[in-house]
Amino acid sequence: MSENAAPLLSVRNLRVEFNTRRGTLVAVDDVSFDIAPGEVLGVVGESGAGKSITGTAIIGLLERPGRIAAGEVLLEGSRIDNLPPDQMRRIRGRRIGAIFQDPLTSLNPLFSVGRQITETIEQHLPMNGAQARSRAIELLGEVGIPAPERRIDHYPHQFSGGMRQRVVIALALCANPRLIIADEPTTALDVSIQAQIITLLKRLCRDHGTAIMLVTHDMGVIAETADRVAVMYAGRIAEIGPVQQVIHDPQHPYTVGLMGSIPAVGQDVERLPQIEGSMPRLTAIPQGCAFNPRCPRVFEKCRVERPGLLQANRTLAACWLHDPDRTVPAPPTGRSKGTLHG
Amino acid sequence: MAEVLLDVRELAKSFDVSRPWLNRVIEGAPRQILKAVDGVSFTINRGETLSLVGESGCGKSTVARLICGLYGPTRGSVIFGGTDLAAIEGRHDMLAMRRRFQMIFQDPYASLNPRWRVEKIIAEPIRSHDLIKDDGAVRKRVGELLTDVGLSPLDSEKYPHEFSGGQRQRISIARALSSNPEFLVCDEPTSALDVSVQAQILNLMKDLQREHGLTYLFISHNLAVVSHISTRVGVMYLGRIVEIADTKVIFDRPLHPYTRMLESAIPDITMSGKPRTPVAGEVPNPLNPPTGCTFNPRCPHVREKCREVRPELLPFEGASVACHGIHEGWIPIQAT
Repeated sequence: MSENAAPLLSVRNLRVEFNTRRGTLVAVDDVSFDIAPGEVLGVVGESGAGKSITGTAIIGLLERPGRIAAGEVLLEGSRIDNLPPDQMRRIRGRRIGAIFQDPLTSLNPLFSVGRQITETIEQHLPMNGAQARSRAIELLGEVGIPAPERRIDHYPHQFSGGMRQRVVIALALCANPRLIIADEPTTALDVSIQAQIITLLKRLCRDHGTAIMLVTHDMGVIAETADRVAVMYAGRIAEIGPVQQVIHDPQHPYTVGLMGSIPAVGQDVERLPQIEGSMPRLTAIPQGCAFNPRCPRVFEKCRVERPGLLQANRTLAACWLHDPDRTVPAPPTGRSKGTLHG
Repeated sequence: MAEVLLDVRELAKSFDVSRPWLNRVIEGAPRQILKAVDGVSFTINRGETLSLVGESGCGKSTVARLICGLYGPTRGSVIFGGTDLAAIEGRHDMLAMRRRFQMIFQDPYASLNPRWRVEKIIAEPIRSHDLIKDDGAVRKRVGELLTDVGLSPLDSEKYPHEFSGGQRQRISIARALSSNPEFLVCDEPTSALDVSVQAQILNLMKDLQREHGLTYLFISHNLAVVSHISTRVGVMYLGRIVEIADTKVIFDRPLHPYTRMLESAIPDITMSGKPRTPVAGEVPNPLNPPTGCTFNPRCPHVREKCREVRPELLPFEGASVACHGIHEGWIPIQAT
């Protein structure tokens, strides 16, 4: 990625709210990032961190009572978050493709995969039936489905999980979108199939220059696929930077804890480092930094004032430890091992 | 010499997945038998953790359920602490045996009764085995168990929906421990959890194992988790064990081509950017498994013999492996 390329997608101060009987929940708060053409941005975080909602908000598929309360989403320089539904529908599929977690629920079981792909092609591109069909066969071949000219007339239940996910990817690629939003594309698959799908996504990204926003909770998938990664916690970005940097030299205490808690083959430790407690509920996000009750390096300011993204080494981290204007207490020696109760 | 706690011999389970009788008569559809587990043998020593790994449909969960008695075996036997489970007669003796092993399930949202308070959930094994008679003593025991798993005794008054996924899994563990078992069967206990919560649960399971001298059978598809928690690892493919060895041995020097394939497919967060070896093919349909070695259609080293003769699980330099190529020396052995 070159620094001065115009971003393909630009998200500015996005805020997503859900009005509920018990008050307004802020699921995504003040999230900003850019994705350059051809870049893979990984978005990681635990359940409830707001990563999927961010993706859904970008493609305009938020369901009520969810709504974008503030901020802007710009695709190739023009705003798309305030478009009327029919215009947004034209962008979805044509300029932004989507891949979801469960390949069985994202395909219609009553239509053959060929019908579903050709329908999408005819919707978005000026092609007739025969042209669309030959393009569909070409696409199925490209995503690695053997004998595509025969498989095109099969129904979703006749495909295995890995093959179904390939069909979904072909469907997302139909109209040559500039951006693909992939929400947990490999989570429902076995490890050996996972590797195949990741290799496929990377190759397509390289060949077509498509940018990908890859939402997942699996750091391993991010490490192998993404150029940059954004770590989300309680609806906000905790840290964002180049993938190598975030993985090997994380700057936010949450990222440090998250990376440490992943078991690795060959690592010989008795206990895994663990983050005490659990993520706060959206109804009870602590004042100041949302991570402060669990943070091993918490100090006074963290409990009062919420940190913005600050330059930390080569990443940006939302943590007061990186505030240039203050001296910071030294890191604690050793890790306390109390009972935990979140 | 370590004591063998669980001895599984030639265990097999078939499911009849034929079309209904009328279809068979009218359409001539054949009877179809799915061999979910096809002759699995292993032992677990007291105090150790054996993990079974493999992809969806390899039969690892069926093995767990067979051992716990949730399915009856088609053939083979399960010998626990020297007693063959199939030979136990009488409800009383069976109950006494059941108290000694418990199971933890994958989904903490489905395995706890939503209409019961936590106290009733955890006390259920105590009451069904009639271990403690006095209500006050039961309450005290539930409080101790909750403290053991890192929750508070006050939580016993709550309902499952008031807890997060990780906390629910702690409740499942407390319930499993309430009958003072020696052996726990854990079927994917962390795969529904986030990584940071997974680390908490894995640490808890290791602590409890040390404190209570527990023995675990751990079922998982996540090799990194398995390498962290187990003493020994068995790799399953289409209902059979293809390789079994000590954890260090199997990760340092995988023998079977399938084990090697699985290990190369682990996403490695340290090698960021470099390609991992993509694995060719998929698990074949278990209704119609390939002849000979069932892995032969995906194996890069396949020879004629592999398509004809089914390899047996035989010892090889500190491991046991079912592969002609390894035993006959035409697959090179490489340490990773």
